Amino acid sequence: MIRDQLPALQIVVPLVAAPLCVVLRRRAPVLTFALAVVWSTFAIALALLRQVLADGPLVYALGGWAAPWGIEYRVDALAAFVLMFVSLMGAVTLSYAPRSLTHEIPKDRLHLFVAAFLLCLTGLLGIVITGDLFNVFVFLEISALSSYVLIAMGRDRRALTAAFHYLVLGTIGATFILIGIGLLYMMTGTLNMADMATRITAVMGTRTVLAAFGFLSVGLFIKMALFPLHVWLPNAYSYAPSTVTAFLAATATKVSVYVMLRFVFSVTHVRMDFGYSDLGALTIAFSLAGIFVASTVAIFQNDVKRMLAYSSVAQIGYMVLGISFASVTGLTAAIVHLFNHALMKGGLFLAMGCFALVIGGVRLKDLEGVGRRMPWTTFAWVLGGLSLIGIPGTAGFISKLYLIRAALELDVWPVAALILLSSLLALVYVWRVVEVAYFRPPPEGVERREAPWSMLIPTWALVGASIVFGVWTSGSAGVAARAAELLIGIAP
Amino acid sequence: MKRQSILRVVSKLLIPYILLFALYVQFHGDYGPGGGFQAGVIFAAAFILYGLVFGLEPVRRVAPPEVVEKVAALGVLVYAGVGVVAMLKGGNFLDYSALEQHKAHAQHHGILIIEAGVGITVAAVMISIFQAFAARRAGR
Repeated sequence: MIRDQLPALQIVVPLVAAPLCVVLRRRAPVLTFALAVVWSTFAIALALLRQVLADGPLVYALGGWAAPWGIEYRVDALAAFVLMFVSLMGAVTLSYAPRSLTHEIPKDRLHLFVAAFLLCLTGLLGIVITGDLFNVFVFLEISALSSYVLIAMGRDRRALTAAFHYLVLGTIGATFILIGIGLLYMMTGTLNMADMATRITAVMGTRTVLAAFGFLSVGLFIKMALFPLHVWLPNAYSYAPSTVTAFLAATATKVSVYVMLRFVFSVTHVRMDFGYSDLGALTIAFSLAGIFVASTVAIFQNDVKRMLAYSSVAQIGYMVLGISFASVTGLTAAIVHLFNHALMKGGLFLAMGCFALVIGGVRLKDLEGVGRRMPWTTFAWVLGGLSLIGIPGTAGFISKLYLIRAALELDVWPVAALILLSSLLALVYVWRVVEVAYFRPPPEGVERREAPWSMLIPTWALVGASIVFGVWTSGSAGVAARAAELLIGIAP
Repeated sequence: MKRQSILRVVSKLLIPYILLFALYVQFHGDYGPGGGFQAGVIFAAAFILYGLVFGLEPVRRVAPPEVVEKVAALGVLVYAGVGVVAMLKGGNFLDYSALEQHKAHAQHHGILIIEAGVGITVAAVMISIFQAFAARRAGR
């Protein structure tokens, strides 16, 4: 029985846990309970992934109402893969949180923080699992509203303006998405994605559908922070509490990319590269521009957290580039990079949290000689950085390998060359930190002091995973390839 | 507004009826216009009126912020609880038909409880938003 209920439990468990945390209120019970919840959410996601890979897509009718009238949850290989890593990141970052939050969040707000965190996780998982377009919007708002709250809890007062800025842009994005969904509903009379996919062929090419496509794309580009609609991201990531930055950087923008994939390939079947709206050429241009501009800006940042935030904008460029190729290899690259980037950027931001806790600042100046003061944290950072560059043997290499192969398949040599060139930019900004950390003497009179184990272990878990998945690729790229074939429509 | 006796007397007269009307909108939602959200807002309006006329302290005594916070969470739990009970009884999440033997009654009761949960949360959240803003102006 519980097997049949897994898709609902995936959402219900964190959803019910959030208000329970508010009721529990006291620190120790809240944290113990929330940790149990996030890890069991991850266990559910793993069970779903196993089930889907073995038996094919799962469908769950919410409230017993069959689709297309009711809301259905639909878990296929792609959804299960994204659910798995989103819940994994939620579990790892929350395990890291207790120690890190003690110096970032006022004591009397901890239970509210945890509740908002769980709601955000619920929203993100919900976006992925649902098969109903309007439901996507609802979950999008749940995750967005709670992430504004999480960001605003940052210690720096600028976190408030960053959160407000994100709120304004995020709301514009969500409104655009809602308008797009409304227009599609007007033309097809259905909100169920699978149903819409069959009905939309009759009205394809009408101006209304074209407008819907435009609204949805722009809305999603804002949400995923594709250059040049990324302006909310650097401040939001820089001033949010470390745990929140790591969690959002690893999941929130990725889930928007997932919605894009779903919408383009499962619902509208728009082949982005075949002239329907010239979107393919446009997104290739934007993603390449994003990769280069954001990486260049990252080089000139003195705040390392901010540097990584700009690097995230560049990484979104790689994912959208993969989608723009609209081939199995391209999509595989995009999907596997969702996962790989979540691991490495999550690990990097967690390491930043360790620096912030021990040193108190994360500007380049604060990190002088940190390689000798905090060897374990610094080495984790360096490994994450190598993965970001795409050194062979790291997860980042696998993503770039697939991306370049996809470019070569389509005979777009210049794009492949640009991808290689962009790795050099990543090398520059990672090296700036490495140089400061290892080749500058630490300030006088500071002792060697490592971050606490409760923070080091999650950091190393993510960084270690990004090395593991650089070597053992059947668990990541293998599943991603299956998901990509599903989207393109080769596999059932 | 200590000296505005008309306002004070009229609000004292109105508040019980506002609360009563909220309950009417709440439980009449399945026969006429209404439902949990509207009822919650109307219910909270009574508290907000009380706060506006008599000040923040009295409304904090009636609805202490810690309690309001818990009540807001409670509403969500009532909502989700119905879904979980339906699951435990062998149906899908939020499948009211699984709640009782008689399907029509089950659907009826299910939606009433769900709407009650919505009403509780909306009322509590409205009150806490009002209290947060009012406390800010008073410099607390």
